[in-house]
Amino acid sequence: MEHRLKTPIGEKEVSALRAGDLVWISGKVYTARDRVHALLASGEDIPVDLAGAVIYHCGPLIRDETILSAGPTTSGRVSRYTKDVVGRGVRLIVGKGGISEEAEALRGRAAYLAYPGGCGALAARHLLVKRLHLPELGMAEGLWELEAEGWGPMIVAIDPHGGDLYREASRCLMMDTKP
Amino acid sequence: MRREDVVEATVAVLAKAETSLPPWVMERIEEAAERETNPIARSQLEAMLENVRIASSEGVPLCQDTGLPVFCLEIGWDLSIPPFLEEAIAEGVRRATEEVPLRPNAVDPLTRKNSGDNTGPGMPDLIVDLVPGKSLRITAFPKGAGSENASFLAMLNPADDPLDFVAREVAKRSGRACAPVFVGVGIGGTFDLAPRLAKRALFRMPGTSDLETALLSEINRIGTGPMGLGGDSTALGVRIETALCHTASLPVAVNLQCWANRSASATVRDDGWSID
Repeated sequence: MEHRLKTPIGEKEVSALRAGDLVWISGKVYTARDRVHALLASGEDIPVDLAGAVIYHCGPLIRDETILSAGPTTSGRVSRYTKDVVGRGVRLIVGKGGISEEAEALRGRAAYLAYPGGCGALAARHLLVKRLHLPELGMAEGLWELEAEGWGPMIVAIDPHGGDLYREASRCLMMDTKP
Repeated sequence: MRREDVVEATVAVLAKAETSLPPWVMERIEEAAERETNPIARSQLEAMLENVRIASSEGVPLCQDTGLPVFCLEIGWDLSIPPFLEEAIAEGVRRATEEVPLRPNAVDPLTRKNSGDNTGPGMPDLIVDLVPGKSLRITAFPKGAGSENASFLAMLNPADDPLDFVAREVAKRSGRACAPVFVGVGIGGTFDLAPRLAKRALFRMPGTSDLETALLSEINRIGTGPMGLGGDSTALGVRIETALCHTASLPVAVNLQCWANRSASATVRDDGWSID
């Protein structure tokens, strides 16, 4: 199934997502990686409202307020904060590599979307810079507020109902057998 | 050899490596996209190919992770190594950071303070090879963190099966490493030689012996696929380098490289430089 979503994202829209569906996003997207997540987890106030928000695991390459390249960074580094992020109202997490170890924190509330890693130039075509919050964290680690226009397709990789493409893909590994 | 030639050649190889992929790398991704039977996996591979086309036509870095500056220097035996060599390459990295531009990625490992220009203690990383001739060949291999973080070293027991170990570990890690990956394997040597062999194997790709082909099919059989989402294309290439090891040891190192296997070379001579 295909979903064209606009922020803020509601509970019903997230609930309709199933692993393997395609999603295009328009509206506000916030970048967050290691440093921003650490702030969130420590309970600090951050300057943006995350209710119904989309966060993007990304440290963009930006020059003069123009996004040149903005693909996803590895979500596994910040997966331990999933509960904190979802607790602040985030509905969609966009990244790469998955957060399977923390997938329970998404259940009934949020979904994880995969955007192809390394595709920074492609993503840049659909994203505009609105402003930089927390500039003291630098270009990669700062919290960029971006405006997305028909950005996708992303793959629903972990849905709010327990569906998880990464787990399915690694079944063969878990069974620990050779043919 | 003129200092300015080394600086300019360094800027040029970084600019080329960051905004395009070598033709053989593109071919491997195209072949994988054609073969792929999983529609989600195929969509990932097609997005990667489109991304490279956009980056090349617009002259922008194909990935926002423009990597750490790693270079292989092939220095001719008959060349007297100029005293400014390291410094000129660092100057080239600083200029490329400004001009390409590159994301400033290099930070102090303890304070996490960013040096701001991708240079500083230990960076750029220069790997030196002595070769016949009297020219200097500079190859840029910008190394992103996704695949570097998923790389590994293990001191196995000589009774273990190193190839089975590598296949399973690569499959397990490949989603994080932006699969389909290129796999540089170093087997044997010592604790530090094995990773050097693995890095060299990545630099020396392509080339595929029976053993390399068998390891490649074993990795792909497991089916973790592009970006770990499932599919036939988990790895696009394997190269194995070996060295003798102690009879009591079995060091195995794997240096992973994401699908964006970036590199570009230039040759600097006494009378100028040219991109290869």
